[in-house]
Amino acid sequence: MTKYTYTKTQDTRSGFGDGLLELGRTNPNVVALCADLVGSLKMQDFINEFPERFFQVGIAEANMMGLAAGMTIGGKIPFTGTFANFSTGRVYDQIRQSIAYSEKNVKICASHAGLTLGEDGATHQILEDIGMMKMLPHMTVINPCDYNQTKAATIAIAAHEGPVYLRFGRPKVPIFTPADQKFEIGKALKLIEGTDVTIFATGHLVWEAIVAEAELAKEGISVEVINIHTIKPLDVEAILESVRKTGCAVSAEEHQMNGGLGDSVAQTLALHHPAPLEMVAVNDSFGESGTPEELMTKYGIDAAHIIKAAKKVMKRK
Amino acid sequence: MDKPSIEELERIASQVRRDIVRMVHAVNSGHPGGSLGCTDFLTALYFNIMEIKKPFDMNGKDEDLFFLSNGHISPVWYSVLARSGYFEVSELATFRKLNSRVQGHPATEEGLPGIRVASGSLGQGLSVACGAAQAKKLNGDKHKVFVLMGDGELDEGQVWEAAMYAAHHKIDNIIATVDLNGQQIDGPTAKVMDLKDVKAKWQAFGWDVIESDGNDMKSVINAMKLAKSLSGKGKPVINLMKTEMGAGVDFMMGSHKWHGVAPNDEQLANALSQLEETLGDY
Repeated sequence: MTKYTYTKTQDTRSGFGDGLLELGRTNPNVVALCADLVGSLKMQDFINEFPERFFQVGIAEANMMGLAAGMTIGGKIPFTGTFANFSTGRVYDQIRQSIAYSEKNVKICASHAGLTLGEDGATHQILEDIGMMKMLPHMTVINPCDYNQTKAATIAIAAHEGPVYLRFGRPKVPIFTPADQKFEIGKALKLIEGTDVTIFATGHLVWEAIVAEAELAKEGISVEVINIHTIKPLDVEAILESVRKTGCAVSAEEHQMNGGLGDSVAQTLALHHPAPLEMVAVNDSFGESGTPEELMTKYGIDAAHIIKAAKKVMKRK
Repeated sequence: MDKPSIEELERIASQVRRDIVRMVHAVNSGHPGGSLGCTDFLTALYFNIMEIKKPFDMNGKDEDLFFLSNGHISPVWYSVLARSGYFEVSELATFRKLNSRVQGHPATEEGLPGIRVASGSLGQGLSVACGAAQAKKLNGDKHKVFVLMGDGELDEGQVWEAAMYAAHHKIDNIIATVDLNGQQIDGPTAKVMDLKDVKAKWQAFGWDVIESDGNDMKSVINAMKLAKSLSGKGKPVINLMKTEMGAGVDFMMGSHKWHGVAPNDEQLANALSQLEETLGDY
């Protein structure tokens, strides 16, 4: 199996920006909208090259969701850009009625998700977005793990007909997936093979899972690491196949325990193959100001907490 | 095909009004008041003003589009869609029933021809219409986008987000209409949430504003012709259309009480006695 290392860090939102630029060049129907956060969403390169296909909406996210729905009528593929908080909770009803229920081909692209937004604090650190979005019928929910995967996912969702929620983040994080890896929606990626315990991780927590695996391996524990970049539709087969082998699992995500990836894994196991599961996630609380690293430690969503959870869940087998 | 005359449009509208009261009576639910008030407008749009193509195509390229933002007046839209040939009028009998395409509020999931986005949760239609209008511009499509909102709906902040956006982006291929019936669920708009000077508001947001009487077919047609002549000049156009809630049925007029209440058997008979059956009931 591949040993995962990195030489470079980059923010996942730059993967979105670069993916969007590439889409601009390859797909004339792709249009972009932004609610006064062009710099944060890394959309400036797209704007420079395709000014006529970019729509500045101002600080009016509800309107942006409706506009995007409308633009699909006429064959456009709109990508909306704002923070995850304003991409979901603020506009839930607009997404529900005008996009999800109406089955519109809108790509809701959401940056600064989770605690790693950092110093801005809990007003902006949304930890409920995956839950809100995965509950909507017709909605696809994707949370890629690094720059390369975010870029690949951005390109892939343009070819998928239907509403998509694409979640990414603010901080620079290791680039460890191959730049040429094709992104397949709904297909989990087995990163490391193991036999004692499976870690199902998504987003920024995938790297933490890799770090945890290396530590656990030193103690002779064989860990399987699976990157669940698509939370909906969930790769049920990949989850079951792994847990049938390892007999227990840990889920890891930068999200509330309620409604996140862990919930989806728990549902899958409960319905098809009951097995012990520990969830590394934020436990029913809001975040606060701090550095991303400090926050991940304090709220229990780093490699150290994954290691603890893995040992605990193995004892429950 | 020749466009129907004012008299012919009025005869169609009479049948649409019959459809509305029969539909809501049959399921003892739905919104007859606003539907009756907007009957003349929707009849004029679909039978005279808009250039539309059949069979229905979701993308609506090279044709005019209509969005109903105040989705609760679905009965009038369904009747007009059926009477103008989007689907069989017999399907109106399934309104609000299980396994129907004719949902309580307009929806796309069941595939009812003529509907391009769900509506019912208020305040979203103007945004959608603006997006569709901009897609038309990108596609080099010269056709117009029409959208209808209620006046109570103007309470929703999203309407004003879209209003600001449309003027800023010079969306001059959109023709919006507000149904100014002065009523909303809890009472007169002046009491529930006073709109004050609606005309000044839209003008201040940068729209060309026209005014019309929505229950006078001639005024409706003239207003839409004027709106079309004003479009394409760098500004969005809005038609502030005075209507009477319940128009055409005397005991339903002038009160918010018939916003969301269906007539009983006796009231239905009374209503139908006031509305000539011109095209044959479904």
